[in-house]
Amino acid sequence: MVNFIARRLIAMVITLLFISIIAFFLIELPPGSALDAELLRLRSRGGNLSLSQVRELEERFGVHDPWQEKYFKWVGGLFRGDFGYSFRYSREVGPLIAGRLGFSLLLAGTSLLFAWLVSIPLGVYSATHRNTIPDYIITTIQFVGVAVPEFLLALVLMVFAARFLGADVGGLFSRQYEAAPWSWGKVWDLMKHLWLPVIVVSAGSTAWLTRVMRANLLDVLNAQYVQTARAKGLKENAVVWKHAVRNALHPLIMTLGGVLPALIGGEVIASIVLNLPTAGPLFIEALRNQDMYLAITFLMFTSVLLVIGNLLADLLLAWVDPRVRLE
Amino acid sequence: MASTAGVAQDLRQAAKDKKKDVGQMSQWQLMARRFMQNKLSVLGLLILLGLYVLAAFSGFLAPYQFNELDSNNVFTSPTGISFAGGRPSVCGQSQVLNEELLEYEYVEDCSKRYPIQFFVRGFEYKLLGLFPTNWHLFGVSQAGAPVDEATGKPQEIKLFLFGADNQGRDMLAQILQGARVSLTVGLIGVGIATILGSVLGTASGYFGGFIDNVMQRTIELISSIPQIPLWAALAAALPREMSVVRRYILITVVLSLVAWTGLARQVRGKVMGYRSLDYANATRAAGGSHTRIILTHMLPNAVSHIVVVAALAIPGAILAETALSFLGLGMLRPAVSWGVLLRDAQSVQVVMDYPWLMIPAVLVIITLTCYQFLGDGLRDAVDPYS
Repeated sequence: MVNFIARRLIAMVITLLFISIIAFFLIELPPGSALDAELLRLRSRGGNLSLSQVRELEERFGVHDPWQEKYFKWVGGLFRGDFGYSFRYSREVGPLIAGRLGFSLLLAGTSLLFAWLVSIPLGVYSATHRNTIPDYIITTIQFVGVAVPEFLLALVLMVFAARFLGADVGGLFSRQYEAAPWSWGKVWDLMKHLWLPVIVVSAGSTAWLTRVMRANLLDVLNAQYVQTARAKGLKENAVVWKHAVRNALHPLIMTLGGVLPALIGGEVIASIVLNLPTAGPLFIEALRNQDMYLAITFLMFTSVLLVIGNLLADLLLAWVDPRVRLE
Repeated sequence: MASTAGVAQDLRQAAKDKKKDVGQMSQWQLMARRFMQNKLSVLGLLILLGLYVLAAFSGFLAPYQFNELDSNNVFTSPTGISFAGGRPSVCGQSQVLNEELLEYEYVEDCSKRYPIQFFVRGFEYKLLGLFPTNWHLFGVSQAGAPVDEATGKPQEIKLFLFGADNQGRDMLAQILQGARVSLTVGLIGVGIATILGSVLGTASGYFGGFIDNVMQRTIELISSIPQIPLWAALAAALPREMSVVRRYILITVVLSLVAWTGLARQVRGKVMGYRSLDYANATRAAGGSHTRIILTHMLPNAVSHIVVVAALAIPGAILAETALSFLGLGMLRPAVSWGVLLRDAQSVQVVMDYPWLMIPAVLVIITLTCYQFLGDGLRDAVDPYS
């Protein structure tokens, strides 16, 4: 077990190293830099910027260094907790993005939980009541649920919430709590705002997981041990939940690695529409403005999340299913 | 259970048309037959074909050019059509300034009606990109239109079936034009990904060893970066100033660069299964080259599977293009795609005031759902003996 985790951790570090190279190269690729935009802004203010000053600034930020040199500088900084500098916000990336990443994580985590809590019972019901009207309804909703883009769902739900529930939509906090320190009132306020983005972000994954759960359970319900369980007179509930569902769960756990990136992608898009203070919108804006260190920090963060998610999925699988041996 | 029912159904079907004995049908005929039995996927296929036809004839179906600006019709709602007098016609409409809100409002004037005419002449376009013509499916008769006080010219009476956007562009024309991009970008992207995935997956599965190892690690690496952020970063690496056609091509490449990994994995699995089967070994023993084994024994066996995996990957690619364009990283104006159109519908206020801007989203959902039905039907059909 310890051996397995240690080896996986080493593999993770190597993977992340390669990802950092790819990501850095990718973000470096477009010509120009955010400094150009800053220089343009300074010039438009009317001040005359001498060529030597421009050179000095470019020197300071290493704009003309070859990319591998910049890469090593950046990686070196990471170990010191220095994530680079955002030209756009004229701030260090670390403190700028930390709080927002926390909200991203909160949103993605809650959505994951929500997706599982909804999809497992729905899938079980759908499989045990196969070819009944509720099953057809659930199946149809799944097809549409996978097809509905997050931003559309976000808009529709927002209109609905604003029109019929009179809810305060958009953002994660009401105005009076936005700058307030943490308190129970603020947590409650957060909860009141969180449900909508959670539904939006998890909808696609919920639909997909329900489908997986239904298909798995249908397979398992035909197995002989289920028949045996029925034959020895167990109650149907015990047959389904104890014998069938537990054996149908592992493909669901294995997909954890696949659901996480979908949730992060959904978070990016939903946050833009819903105007949430998460890291996603910052990332897109950074990409558009070539604010490279901001963009790459987000990209790396999501990759780390994904790699850890995969490891957790493997461990969880071993825990749920004693037949799985970690080697 | 399900399999015996399937075979019984095949036999019953075969008994019905006596000419064809199910035992003598080729594998492809069996697949086509099984596919046709799935009503939902046939429906999906038909709707998709209809959408592609609409996109192909966009110039003929749209009464106005998709990029024609019209300051007299900013945010015009979908025009009402009445059948007074037995013929479809529209009312005149004038723009009035609401001085309190400082917004333009539209007042219908139904004292005079303008009949809708079919097969009329309008702007020049190339039918299917080949034949220059100016025929259009429908237009509004301009006879008796009031004179515009400002310009002294007769006011143009327009028919906006799907309303107009913030610049007075006809939504119907834009949606049809956008369909050309949205319906093809994902398809071509997955096409490139399929070729890439098949070649690399076959090489990886057939030769194994070092090549396989490198390929698998590469795929793992690419799938360790979440898709949407990776797509966004790739798209952002494209220069912003370039022609519409070049951007279109590059976006398809971006889509395929991420999508090939899943396909390669599937093909690899299949090829690995076939590699050590008797007929492959027999060819090898008879001195057949690797090329021969791959081309005559591996690929034909895997091709139905490849088609299915590709079909199931298309909705993801279409959704990706829509999302990227929506975020302002995919296609950009002057190019039009459904995602580009939805960019105008980013805020609740706009959607509540001008709900017709969401029509492209409805089309996205229809398209994606149909592709899913199609993919599911294909998956069930490729294994006709099950």
